[in-house]
Amino acid sequence: MKKATIQLETLACPSCALKIEGAAKFLDGVVKDSVKVLFNSSKVKLDFDEEKLSVEDIEKAITALGYEVIKSQVK
Amino acid sequence: MQRFILSKKNHIALISAILIMTGFTSELGFKNETVAVWAFVTASVIAATPIAIQAFQALKVKVVSIDVLVTIAVIGAFFIKNFEESAVVTFLFLFGAFLEQRTLNKTRSAIKELTEMAPESALKQMEYGEFEEVDVDEVDVGDILLVKTGAKIPVDGTVISGEGSVNEASITGESLPVSKEKGSSVFAGTILDNGTIQIVADRVGEDTTFGKIIELVEEAQDSKSKTERFIDRFSKYYTPAVLLIGFIVWVFSRDVELAITILVLGCPGALVIGVPVSNVAGIGNGARNGILLKGSEVIGDFSRLDTMVFDKTGTLTLGNPSVSEKVYYGEGIQEALGYLASIERESDHPLAKAVLTDIGNTRFSPVENTEVVKGGGITATVDGHRVAVGNVALMEKEGIVLSEQAKADINRLVANGNSLVLISVDGELKILMGVRDQIRPGVKEVLTRLKKLGVKNLIMLSGDNQGTVDVVSRELGLTEAYGNMLPEDKADYIKKLIEEKKQIVAFVGDGVNDSPSLALAHIGIAMGSGTDVAIETSDVVIMNSDIKRLPHALGLAKATARNMKQNIFIAIGVVLFLLTGVIFSEWMNMSIGMLVHEGSILVVILNGMRLLRYKLRWKPFK
Repeated sequence: MKKATIQLETLACPSCALKIEGAAKFLDGVVKDSVKVLFNSSKVKLDFDEEKLSVEDIEKAITALGYEVIKSQVK
Repeated sequence: MQRFILSKKNHIALISAILIMTGFTSELGFKNETVAVWAFVTASVIAATPIAIQAFQALKVKVVSIDVLVTIAVIGAFFIKNFEESAVVTFLFLFGAFLEQRTLNKTRSAIKELTEMAPESALKQMEYGEFEEVDVDEVDVGDILLVKTGAKIPVDGTVISGEGSVNEASITGESLPVSKEKGSSVFAGTILDNGTIQIVADRVGEDTTFGKIIELVEEAQDSKSKTERFIDRFSKYYTPAVLLIGFIVWVFSRDVELAITILVLGCPGALVIGVPVSNVAGIGNGARNGILLKGSEVIGDFSRLDTMVFDKTGTLTLGNPSVSEKVYYGEGIQEALGYLASIERESDHPLAKAVLTDIGNTRFSPVENTEVVKGGGITATVDGHRVAVGNVALMEKEGIVLSEQAKADINRLVANGNSLVLISVDGELKILMGVRDQIRPGVKEVLTRLKKLGVKNLIMLSGDNQGTVDVVSRELGLTEAYGNMLPEDKADYIKKLIEEKKQIVAFVGDGVNDSPSLALAHIGIAMGSGTDVAIETSDVVIMNSDIKRLPHALGLAKATARNMKQNIFIAIGVVLFLLTGVIFSEWMNMSIGMLVHEGSILVVILNGMRLLRYKLRWKPFK
């Protein structure tokens, strides 16, 4: 299990945060309860199973929604 | 393609504005309907595209967002050939989003400034002793780093050579430079104003004090209070509900115009964004002033505070006792002072330092036969005289007779909260000294200010004896003050205040041995510059233990809580206004609805922004 912190472009509307949260929870291998979208700091924090998917997959899901990923960190 | 369109939203808004203007000029100026219709249709289509894309993406993850409402409304407007309205509504929506983004960035600016202070690179010593610039992520514990004048200190570490002065404002909020030399600790994110130092890394990255502060502030600005979570849940069902109502209205009235107007009016914008905006601006203001407020729940509780409890005398006093009064008896005082200083010079008793500082320059003599009397003091032979230094008990043990005058002096000094030092030479009392802690400068004004801000009770719980506590309490006008308290007594007392007296209680402490009380109180206020326990267990951190920041912290919490309420009020007021408009008036339509809606979002953001400039208005004390 890994912990990812993904820095996004500035989020402008709270519903963007909802969308991103929804998209991340949809992914297989992401711990659903761990998904936290920080609206003001424009960050996504979540736990995921590195055997099922990589952080790039998560980034892809977010960019597909139209939000740019600036930086991500995995611990 | 989708991303390209979304990234060009602002350009699209501009083109759409130009088209709309063309449309209106040709319609009203040249009476040319065809050109006007085409201009409005084009404007609607290009502006609706990004909105429709966002709506589609939202639906894919099962979220009915505002974009969905607006998209359906625009399609409806097209259906009834009201192109003018659809053009104006889509334009306003995009333009509103642009303004929101700009103003939101402003409210977040204070915290952004803080995170941007994070160091990015370091000069690290490599294998052959030369220094090379590396990314701060590549620094490990134990690495040796070089910091030059003007550079940011990249990690928490210890100076191993060189000296300089450091601006620690990012950690303590205090801009006065602090001088550092070999052995001093330095903190990541602080700036070396002058000098050059080499440091060894003790803590790196997120483990540094600065890293922790940033993480806390970031979590805090996005933490949600009960009200907010309620609003969130509410808005999750609110938008689908609006959609449903619009549909029902259409089914029964067959009036598309009315149905789509309801969709636009129902957008929940200001309500969802109002509270987070106040929160982020308030926390940002605190961060700039060396005050960490951990989230909106804390702000809410803090703003309703009844009772503030201080953990010990030392929070309100300077904590270094000094001689407040001296009484001399009989002859040979100068010699007695010399003997006293000679003995105290060898002692590490806390009172000894105060006594020595007070005596200053004197003639020191060799001390022989020193004997420490437990719970009493010291006896010794100086210059062939038998000298005893200590408390009343020691004097009695030495068989020294205290005059009525001396007894009266002793009682007076004790009543004033002094600890006593008595000195006898050859069986005769020569000097009586009262040693006392001093109130911190400015504390009195701080407490007055807190009371003015609505704190009803100021209480001190101290481990010191009741006499000392009473004196401090009387001098500062505390509501209540208790001495001889152990940490568990303090925790019990806090529990009693909360459970029996139903008060909202803040506990101010340094977190060293009072973490139970810090955790128990509604608001734990840690006075600390970076002790981990305090930062973690508390709700509010006053960065450099500066008690003068307390009133600002409380005032800010109150202003932020007020601001949140105003924003909720504005948001709900606007929705009610629009709804009455649509029911009772002729002039209400989609465009006006969208204008008012976007306007209200800007109003709540601007209102939140005021908090960035919040300052407690009062004259600083000299």
